Amino acid sequence: MGAGQIAYDIAHLIGATVLMAGLQMLYQRRLFAVINTFVFQALALAAAAAWQAHVQDAPHLYVTAGVALVFKAMIVPFALHWLVEKLAIQRTVETALPIGWTMISGVGLVALSILLVLPVTANAAALTRESLALAMSVVLLGLLMMITRRNAVTQVIGFMALENGLILAAVSARGMPLVVEISVAFSVLVAMTLFGIFFFRIRERFDTLDLADLETYRGDRT
Amino acid sequence: MIDRLPALPAADSPLAWVLALPLASAAVLALWRDGRGAAWANVLSTIATFVAALALLVAPPPPSRLFFVDSFNLYLVVLTAFVGMTTAWFSAAYLARGGEPAKLAPHHLRFYHAMFQAFLFTMLVALTANNTGVMWVAVEAATLTTVLMVSLYRTPEAIEAAWKYFILCSVGIGLALFGTILVYLAAQPVLGDGANAMAWTELMPRAAAFQPDLLNLAFVFVLVGYGTKVGLAPLHAWLPDAHAEGPTPISAVLSGLLLNVALYALLRFKMLISANGATLAPGPLLVLMGLSSLFVSGFMLYRRGDVKRLFAYSSIEHMGVIVFAFGIGGPLANFAALLHMAMHALTKSAVFFAVGLITQTAGTKRIADIRGLTVSHPALGWGLVVAVLTIAGMPPMGVFVSEFLMLGAAFARHPLLAVPLALGLLLAFGALLLRLQSLAFGPPSLAPGGNGPRGVTLLALLPMGLHLVLVLVAGVALPAVLAAWLRGIAEMLG
Repeated sequence: MGAGQIAYDIAHLIGATVLMAGLQMLYQRRLFAVINTFVFQALALAAAAAWQAHVQDAPHLYVTAGVALVFKAMIVPFALHWLVEKLAIQRTVETALPIGWTMISGVGLVALSILLVLPVTANAAALTRESLALAMSVVLLGLLMMITRRNAVTQVIGFMALENGLILAAVSARGMPLVVEISVAFSVLVAMTLFGIFFFRIRERFDTLDLADLETYRGDRT
Repeated sequence: MIDRLPALPAADSPLAWVLALPLASAAVLALWRDGRGAAWANVLSTIATFVAALALLVAPPPPSRLFFVDSFNLYLVVLTAFVGMTTAWFSAAYLARGGEPAKLAPHHLRFYHAMFQAFLFTMLVALTANNTGVMWVAVEAATLTTVLMVSLYRTPEAIEAAWKYFILCSVGIGLALFGTILVYLAAQPVLGDGANAMAWTELMPRAAAFQPDLLNLAFVFVLVGYGTKVGLAPLHAWLPDAHAEGPTPISAVLSGLLLNVALYALLRFKMLISANGATLAPGPLLVLMGLSSLFVSGFMLYRRGDVKRLFAYSSIEHMGVIVFAFGIGGPLANFAALLHMAMHALTKSAVFFAVGLITQTAGTKRIADIRGLTVSHPALGWGLVVAVLTIAGMPPMGVFVSEFLMLGAAFARHPLLAVPLALGLLLAFGALLLRLQSLAFGPPSLAPGGNGPRGVTLLALLPMGLHLVLVLVAGVALPAVLAAWLRGIAEMLG
């Protein structure tokens, strides 16, 4: 196997790092810690995309890696920090399920994805196979995080973690076209979400300012 | 192979126009300052798009790398362009009447028209995409444009509805992407790397060679993902809020068009699965989700106090019925379901047109506060009566015909499944009639007359009349050409 084996091992290692960050996110109790873990995951994702670009000889994946690096690991966390401070959002994570149970469910989901994906991809290339299992675990962990957190910011981070899993799957699928477009489309979605939180919270905080124009709409509607 | 084809349709083909017109109009309308002029420019642009869609019927272009047209998506393209046109017309008259949207600031109005065209564009791209990835991006963009329109009024309710819609559909769409990637992985060993393994025109003929297990897994993700967007229970939570809080013309296109587009995406994947032959049958899953939507919405209909929410639940019911029929499968059930997609789109948008005018006149959406419309506003009231009876499935309208055919097909193939279908339809029928009675009859709660000049109100009523006449024609004498066309698609769907 030689070089192929090393390429495979490194891809595997980076993919597993993304998954680890996904699990780590589940037991963070402070909002900033969650954001920092997300940065770690985004960095690992950027590394995974860059490595796939190198291994598959697909230069366009470097763009995906760049999007992950600049947008997810820099701009988004910066915006989140700013949002949390600006809106004075509670800094502790409110969970809907005790953290122990969340972790157990998380491990269960990882096992589930491995059991689901490995048998059905027996014919696929080895590189794709494990990456897909890892990616599906990351997607399901993101979903779990969205379900078990009450705060909008942590839910959005859960969504972005889910999306990291999707991008991991997309870069691992050899020769898949449109990966760049898809990662950009997702970034737009995320940017909209952040804007949404900002917008939503601003209205709550400055409600006295807003009531005036709210009233005029409501008079016509209720 | 698909790589050798050009990416976009040729500039002289009608398909290029169908896609370019809404895109260009969105850009122009985003800059158009005069609100009233923009509303009518919006109408003109949608008329041109509809004409281009009709030209597609005459000369369907050859597939390109990213876009293609076959009888199935052509059917929905024409329907989308038509309802888009009548809705733009309704919207212009609705705005001219004054009332809720007139209170929007001019820049919001500009944004509204630009988003309307952008929304049409994304739906038409999703329908004509020859690439699973492009289709996905288009559905995602359609979600974004509608989220922006749902939140247009900026009330706390509207923002909450938009937020809920956004989060639920984003997750759904994320899962649909995972399904799309899995389909690519299933196709890649057969079709090779690159665009071939994502093009519908390449995937369909070779589907039998794909690995069935991978397709099974993919279909589950696609069903949950695009199913969220179709509004299938239990994934429907976003739908009533989004329909209730946005501007009414948007409720009409959300219900009549966007749900169909999401369903189209789901059906394309179902066709792929059926063509493979060795996978799990997708039918039972669709039947199950269809019936659950039918019953959840059937019972919910009885407890609605908000008139727009009432008809939003009715949309979930009809989507459930359609998905159920596609799940039963076979030429007759598919035929009925395809017909029902069009009938529901036409009738439900007509219902929302009526509801829009009513809420605008009454200044409320509470059913309890609106009574005796046939007395106070005869044209509007009777229009609502006809539209609601149609959507409830009264003969001789087209909705009745398609529902009757579905029942017949269900009895022929799985008699036991026809029983819950009939029960569910009766359940919804009862709820709608109950609400209609209090809305339309009895002592009126509103003073006669309303906002805006009479002529404008008549203009706003015309699209509704047009839709209902079409549904009536389809019910009494379905044109042979259309029937043959639908039969062809039904065969294709398997």
